[in-house]
Amino acid sequence: MSPSLREAGLFAGLALLVAGIFAWLGAAYGVRMLAEAACYAIIALGLTIQWGYAGLFNVGLMGFVAIAAFTTVLVSFPVNDAFWQGDGPLMLGQAALTLAIGVAVTVLLSKSTRIGLPKGLRTALTLVAAAITYLAVQGQLDPAAALIEREAGFVGGLGLPVWLGWVAGGLVAGLLGWAMGRITLGLRADYMAIATLGIAEIVKAFLKNADWLTRGTLTVSPLPWPVPTPQELGFVASRSAYLAVTAVMIVVLYVLLERAWHSPWGRMMRAIRDNEVSAAAMGKDINRRRLEMFIVGNFIIGLGGAALITFTTIFDPSSFAPLNHTFLIWVMVILGGAGNNLGTIFGALLVYVIWIMSEPVALFLFTSAEHWGERAFGWQAPDDLYTRALQMRVFVIGLTITLVLRFAPKGLLPEKVVKYD
Amino acid sequence: MPEAGLLAILPMNEIVFFLNKVVIAGFIIGSVYALGAVGVTLIFGILRFAHFPHGDMMTAGAFAALVLMWTFPGAGAAVGLPTAFVLMPIAMAVTALFAVALDRTFYRPMRKAGVKPVVMVMTSIGVMLMMQGLLRLFAGTGTRQLYVDTDAKDIYRIPLGGRDLVITEPQLLLFATTIVAVVALHLFLTRSRMGKAMRAVSDNPDLARVSGISIDHVVRTTWLIAGALAAAGGTLLALDVTLKPDLSYNIILPVFAAAIVGGVGQPYGAIAGGLLVGFSETLAVFNWSVLLRPLRPYLPEFIEIPAKLAFVPTEYKIVVPFFILVAVLIWRPTGIFKGRVNT
Repeated sequence: MSPSLREAGLFAGLALLVAGIFAWLGAAYGVRMLAEAACYAIIALGLTIQWGYAGLFNVGLMGFVAIAAFTTVLVSFPVNDAFWQGDGPLMLGQAALTLAIGVAVTVLLSKSTRIGLPKGLRTALTLVAAAITYLAVQGQLDPAAALIEREAGFVGGLGLPVWLGWVAGGLVAGLLGWAMGRITLGLRADYMAIATLGIAEIVKAFLKNADWLTRGTLTVSPLPWPVPTPQELGFVASRSAYLAVTAVMIVVLYVLLERAWHSPWGRMMRAIRDNEVSAAAMGKDINRRRLEMFIVGNFIIGLGGAALITFTTIFDPSSFAPLNHTFLIWVMVILGGAGNNLGTIFGALLVYVIWIMSEPVALFLFTSAEHWGERAFGWQAPDDLYTRALQMRVFVIGLTITLVLRFAPKGLLPEKVVKYD
Repeated sequence: MPEAGLLAILPMNEIVFFLNKVVIAGFIIGSVYALGAVGVTLIFGILRFAHFPHGDMMTAGAFAALVLMWTFPGAGAAVGLPTAFVLMPIAMAVTALFAVALDRTFYRPMRKAGVKPVVMVMTSIGVMLMMQGLLRLFAGTGTRQLYVDTDAKDIYRIPLGGRDLVITEPQLLLFATTIVAVVALHLFLTRSRMGKAMRAVSDNPDLARVSGISIDHVVRTTWLIAGALAAAGGTLLALDVTLKPDLSYNIILPVFAAAIVGGVGQPYGAIAGGLLVGFSETLAVFNWSVLLRPLRPYLPEFIEIPAKLAFVPTEYKIVVPFFILVAVLIWRPTGIFKGRVNT
C-alpha cells in the first residue's frame, strides 16, 4: 500500500470515529474533545521533533507544560489590585535584586581562575557565594510570601492578551530547556531521561507549594480565553472558535516543521540522530545542534501546554500528572510515527479519542465484573473500585508503549526515508 | 569525672535531637536507597540502561511480603521478630524470580533485536507504567501497615542525658540487613566465579563473551540480585514507615541519584551514594536553629536566630537528590567512584 493511500485511509477511519462520537454524545462534547486533542497534537509536534528528528529523550514534558501554563496565568490573568497596592511588589523587588547581585557575584567568582586564583579556591568561593545568595534570597522571600498570602492571596496576573501569555509560556519552557540541555546533552541519553523526570517533579513541587505565586492547591480560575467564552457565545460556537485557533497553530507549525525537515538543517539533525560519530567527523557540532532542537521542541511543547491549560480554564498545579501530560503524549508520538509530522498529528488525535473514550469503557468493564463476581462468588468489591478502574488505564498506556516499541517501532505512519540515487 | 563535666556543658538535648533527626534518619533512608541503587547500578553496568521500574519493584517486593504475611500470620510470633521480616527471604526470592520473568518477557526480545539503549529505557518506562497500574489496581492507593497484631513494634530508648536516643526494631533490622547484604555482595563479586564473570561483563562485554562467559547467565544473575535487594529495601522501608503503592517517583529519583553519584556500575559506590543522598536529605530539611539556640549566650546581640532555619522546606525534599545529581553530572559525570558508563 502506498504511503499516501495509507494516510488517506487512516485519516478517513479517524474521521468516521469522530463523526460517530459527534452523533452519539452531541456537538458540544465532540468539539471539546477535538479542541483538547488539537492542543495535545501541538505538544506532540514539539516532542516529535525532539525524539523523531534528533533522538532526544524527554520524559519531563509535564514540567515544561506546567511552567508554560503558569507563565500564561502570570501574563494573562486579570491584575490583582490588592497585591500591587500592598508592600508585596517592593519586597519581591528587593528579593529579586538580592538574587541578581548574588548570581552576578557567583558567576564572576566561578570565572576567577582567569585572574589567577587556584582552581580549588575558586570552587570553594563559588559554593560559598551560592549558599549565601540562596540563604539571603530565601530570608527575604519568606516574609514577602507570607505578607502576600495574608493580604492579597496571590500575585495575580498582568492582564495582558492571552496569545502573549502563550508565547511567553513557550519562551519560558524553551529557557528551562536550555538550562536542562546545557547540563545533560553531553551525557548519555539515560541521564537526560532521569534529569528531565527530575525537573518535572521539581517544577510541580514548586508550583504546588509556592502559594503566593500560584495559589497552590487553591487553583486559579477562570483563565481568560483568546476567543469569546462559552458564557458569551454558547458552548459549541466558542469551543469551535478555540478549535479554529489551535487548528491554525497546528497548520502553521506543520508547514514550518515540514520545511525544516526537508532543509539541510533537518538532514543534519537526522544524520546526528542516526550516526553521531560520522556526523561529528563531518564537523557538525553535535551538542549545539541538539541544544537547538531541545529548545525549539520545548518552545512548541510549552505553546501547546499553555493552550491546553487555557482551554480547561483552571490552573491546578496538582493536576500535572505524568500520565496525562507525559506518557500519553509519548504514546501519541511513537504510535503515530516519530519523525513523521502527519503521523504525529494522527497519533495525537487517535490516542486522545481512545483515551477519553476509555474512561466510560473501563468503568463499564469494572461494573460488569463487579456484578458478575457478586453473583458467581459473592465477591465484595472494594469501595474505591472506580478510582482503581481508572488506574487500569495506566497499565494500558504502559502496555501500548512496550508493544509498539517491540512490534511496530516505526509507528502507524512511519518516517519517510528520502533516498538519493 | 571529667566526662560528666563535659556532658554537663554540652547541650545534650539538642545534640540527641540532631542524632535522631539527622544521623539515624539519614542512615535509614540512605540504607533503603543503597539497597535500591545497588540493583540499578548492576543493571546499568551490565545491561547498560537505566531501569525505571526499580522503585515499583521495591514496592512490589513489599507487597509480596504483605501477601505472605497474610498467608502465614503466625510466622513472626514463633521467632520473636516482625512477621514480614521473617518472611522477607521468601518475598526476596519471589521478587527475584519476578525480575527474571520481566527480563524474559520485555527486555530480552528488545536486546535480541539489537535496539539502541534509549529504546530500552523507553521500554522500561512502559514496564514502569504497567507495574504502577497493576499495583494500584490490586492494592488501591491508600497506605497499609506491614504488621500483624501479634507483632510488637519494639522501640528502644537510650538515655543520654536530656532527650532519649530513639531507635526502633525495624530500623535495627534495616541496618543489619544492609550490612549483611553489602558483605555478601562483596564476597560474591570478588570470590565467586559468577561474581567475577559479572564484573568482567560490566568491564568489557565483548572481551567477556569471547573468553567464554555466558552472557545469559550473567544477565539472569544480575536480575536475581537486583530483584532480591529491591524486595529487601522495599519491605524494610514499609516496615519502618508504611506501605504506599504510589511511591515510585519519590523513590526512583533518589535511587538514580545514588547510583550516578556512586559511579554507574560500581556496587560499592552505590552504597556510598545511597548514604550520601540519604544524609543530604535529612541535613537539608533539618532545622538548624535547634543547634544554634544553645549558642545564644555566646553570640553577639545583633545576630538573631530565626525560628526556622532549614536549607530546604520539607515539601521540597525531592529537590535534594536532584540537585546532588545535577552537581555530580556537571563536575564529575563518572561519579565519585569513577563509573565506566559515561558516554
